[in-house]
Amino acid sequence: MKHWYMLTLVGKDQPNIVAHTTRLLYQAGCRLGEANMNRLGGSFTVMLMVEKTLPKTALKALLQPVVERFNLSLHVVVIEGDLHQHQIPNICVRVHGADRAGIVAQVTSALAQKGFNILELCSDVGGSQEQPFYILQIEGVATAPLEELQQALADLRDVQVEISAIDACIM
Amino acid sequence: MAVLPILTYPDPRLQRVAEPVIDFGQNFQTLVDDLLATLRVSAHGVGMAATQVGVLQRLVIVDVSSKANIKHHGLQVLVNPEILDWQGFASGREGCLSVPDYIGTVIRAKKIQLKAQDRHGQWREYAMEGYEARAVQHEIDHLDGKLFLDRLVSKKRDLMLRQFI
Ligand SMILES: [Zn+2]
Repeated sequence: MKHWYMLTLVGKDQPNIVAHTTRLLYQAGCRLGEANMNRLGGSFTVMLMVEKTLPKTALKALLQPVVERFNLSLHVVVIEGDLHQHQIPNICVRVHGADRAGIVAQVTSALAQKGFNILELCSDVGGSQEQPFYILQIEGVATAPLEELQQALADLRDVQVEISAIDACIM
Repeated sequence: MAVLPILTYPDPRLQRVAEPVIDFGQNFQTLVDDLLATLRVSAHGVGMAATQVGVLQRLVIVDVSSKANIKHHGLQVLVNPEILDWQGFASGREGCLSVPDYIGTVIRAKKIQLKAQDRHGQWREYAMEGYEARAVQHEIDHLDGKLFLDRLVSKKRDLMLRQFI
């Protein structure tokens, strides 16, 4: 089994951060595993699995130019995990309604009480300044039946909730 | 009947375009039976294209009858299939027997009008929808040397589509 660092870079969103970072790693002979990049509210974050071939201090020193150039914060830890350890979600929850405080907290707490494990969550605010609406999409693993999850969210009367099973066909 | 080995990505044979079936003789009948036998033993498989067993002929089989509460035509052998019309779009999860251990989100037409020959060469037309339509589109892609990996979309884009379409 290979050993991996999880490298996280966070900062203001600017073009070419990923290209610069991965080029430095490639030139130093580092191999990448899985990667995930996100942009939100003008900020940027990327998580990169980097094979543990260098000491941590050397890896950090290697990336110092990109950290300084783009004013990023860098976090490096050794992880237990390996490639291909994706948990596959079996339930998707979509919620939308007029924007108000507490939607995410109420939905996720109700799901947590039913043992729902959130794997992905993203949300967006749409509409106008005067009439904003909120959209929340959650994917996760549930052992409780669909009806029970629906019941758990039935009290949220001011938002639309749609819960569906995610099943993948192997073709 | 023989269970055939399934090619897996990145085998370059998966990216070649299959030839139309002209001869429906004994060799072809054996191929159909072998493909059926291979699908039957594959875990959770709902369809298979001849391309996946390394035979470049325009033959696919689909059988989504294991899925609950959906419309379908049962087990179908589709030879020289051709999609005549498409309606609507839906995103959904797909996996592939030739791409083990990977599930991705793909946009496909919701409903299709299909023309195909049966295993004896008789032309038939089908109206298909939902999973069955998705499976047929996936299998026809195999005949054209395409994998669902060529059509992946991000889930965030899915959220945007729901928002704006
Ligand atoms: Zn396939």
